[in-house]
Amino acid sequence: MSKPTPVTADSTVVRIEHLNKWYGDYHALKDISLTVSAGERIVVCGPSGSGKSTLIRCINQLEKHQRGTIEVLGETLDDNIKRLERIRRSVGMCFQHFNLFPHLTVLENCTLPQTANLHAPQAEAIERALTLLDKVQMRDHANKYPGQLSGGQQQRIAIARALCMRPRVMLFDEPTSALDPEMIAEVLEVMVDLAQEGMTMICVTHEMGFAKKVADRVVFMDGGEVIEHAPPARFFQFPESSRTRRFLDQILDHGVSA
Amino acid sequence: MTTTTLSTPTSSQTLPPRVASRAWGWARRQLFPSPLQALLSMATLILSGWFAYVALDWLVFSATFVGTSQADCTGDGACWLPITQRLGLFVYGFYPETQRWRVDIAFALAAGVFPLLYIKRIDRRWTLAYLVLLPFAMWWLLKGGPGLPDISSTRFAGILVTVFLGVVGMVFALPIGILLALGRRSKKPVIRVLSVLYIELIRSVPVITLLFMASLMIQLFLPSGWNLDILLRVLAVLVLFTAAYMAETVRGGLQGMPKGQYEAAAALGFSYWKAMGLIILPQVLRNTIPPLLTQFVGLFKETTLVMVVGVLDVVGIAMSTTSTPEWIGRENEVYLFLALFFFAICFALSRYARYLERQLEKSRQ
Repeated sequence: MSKPTPVTADSTVVRIEHLNKWYGDYHALKDISLTVSAGERIVVCGPSGSGKSTLIRCINQLEKHQRGTIEVLGETLDDNIKRLERIRRSVGMCFQHFNLFPHLTVLENCTLPQTANLHAPQAEAIERALTLLDKVQMRDHANKYPGQLSGGQQQRIAIARALCMRPRVMLFDEPTSALDPEMIAEVLEVMVDLAQEGMTMICVTHEMGFAKKVADRVVFMDGGEVIEHAPPARFFQFPESSRTRRFLDQILDHGVSA
Repeated sequence: MTTTTLSTPTSSQTLPPRVASRAWGWARRQLFPSPLQALLSMATLILSGWFAYVALDWLVFSATFVGTSQADCTGDGACWLPITQRLGLFVYGFYPETQRWRVDIAFALAAGVFPLLYIKRIDRRWTLAYLVLLPFAMWWLLKGGPGLPDISSTRFAGILVTVFLGVVGMVFALPIGILLALGRRSKKPVIRVLSVLYIELIRSVPVITLLFMASLMIQLFLPSGWNLDILLRVLAVLVLFTAAYMAETVRGGLQGMPKGQYEAAAALGFSYWKAMGLIILPQVLRNTIPPLLTQFVGLFKETTLVMVVGVLDVVGIAMSTTSTPEWIGRENEVYLFLALFFFAICFALSRYARYLERQLEKSRQ
């Protein structure tokens, strides 16, 4: 099960081509194409309902798309559930609401996926879990239950849990949106560290500071379309579309000028 | 006075330590706040004291426990001789006396479940293995098979039947109920439709009808020469009936599960069965313990319905006792014994449910 997923020669990790998705009659994603290479950090932003979460949830097929192709680590996503499970083990994901397993301790949250899905020996799984919990500064809380911890702490554990699977790419779905303001920094810090270590990352976030600091490219979506797609320097200083400008005005001012 | 000693440790820490005065204070506030209420309280206390005395006198003090026939019951109290004289019959039914040790072992195995569930140190896999093997071990012991002489199931009766049906029914009903609940939420239409049909069909038919069908109709569908034991047939009915209800309870728990739990499990590469077995169901079962145990209690009481198809459970033995000329006129004692028997077991079950709930509250903090 844990055999390495084949890597394509051009080191493309995710290749999305002409992706379309509908919820009933509602066209949620309109003909989206995006390629992410190993080591790249992509920030996806846009107003709510723009389809940005749907887009990254298609990458590990938490949402099914109807048209277009998604290729992850050289394998095309289709109805083959076994292959999908294998791909998912190489694609880490962090959710807005952390989604830790409340009936397991912090440590068990990190070891169970390894032992159950990677067939890692228990001792090895514990060692890796503790190393990664240390990295997110949560090792001291290893034997607590998620319910005993703050949102920021839970999100850091969720990142460690995802990293335990040795993912080739990390997806972040608004990881700081459900956090109290004083906890956002601690989570972003972990994410910046991760980016600087060379992890391939696709982040849906409104944290423009994070985008400026680590992103290689920023993707701006609105109404299910990619409106703008540029390196952060150009994206923030010379946005091409008026919709981008309006969004940036709103989000950077936090509505103070309005 | 008893109220003070019954209070839980947590509340006694927060309340004043002077126990005696607290009891008196409580009594004054609750029982004697005004002359009229004091009068009513006194009247109630005297009445209930008198009632308790009369009841205890009949049940114990003036009752007859020793003797061999009705003629020995000379006192004014209860005559427990129909129970004590026929205790063997009540417990073992018509099981051959020389083989009764097999029933004792079967009972002990069934009783062994409780410590297993209480002791946390025991690996859950051992508990599970024990529960899976228990029904087969019990059937082998009671009915016979390799190494043990065969006993006709027409000799099975009394508490033996009740406990067998209750325990084996519980062990089988829950897993089948879980599978039905998962089936009802399955994405595969055939599985879903079949599960829904089954659950709705069973739930809309009285269990007594199903028992009659089991005793009369199943035989028609079996190939000639096959003869499924009547005890197994009623057991199957009880299991399948309870499973349908449990399925709905578990389904409620599954629906109450946040979507994020399913998504997190999927995103980490859990397969369907691993996600269910390791992530979703452990949480669902913990949340549905109280209603599931209520259904276990219900199942245990429903075992008494098997009487209508001629299987003599403990109620059957009781009824045969009250209609023997020797013990005629002693219905009160016999039925009271029955009530106590069922109360003891059902109360133990609901205490266990309460214990589990408290454990759950602790782990949630």
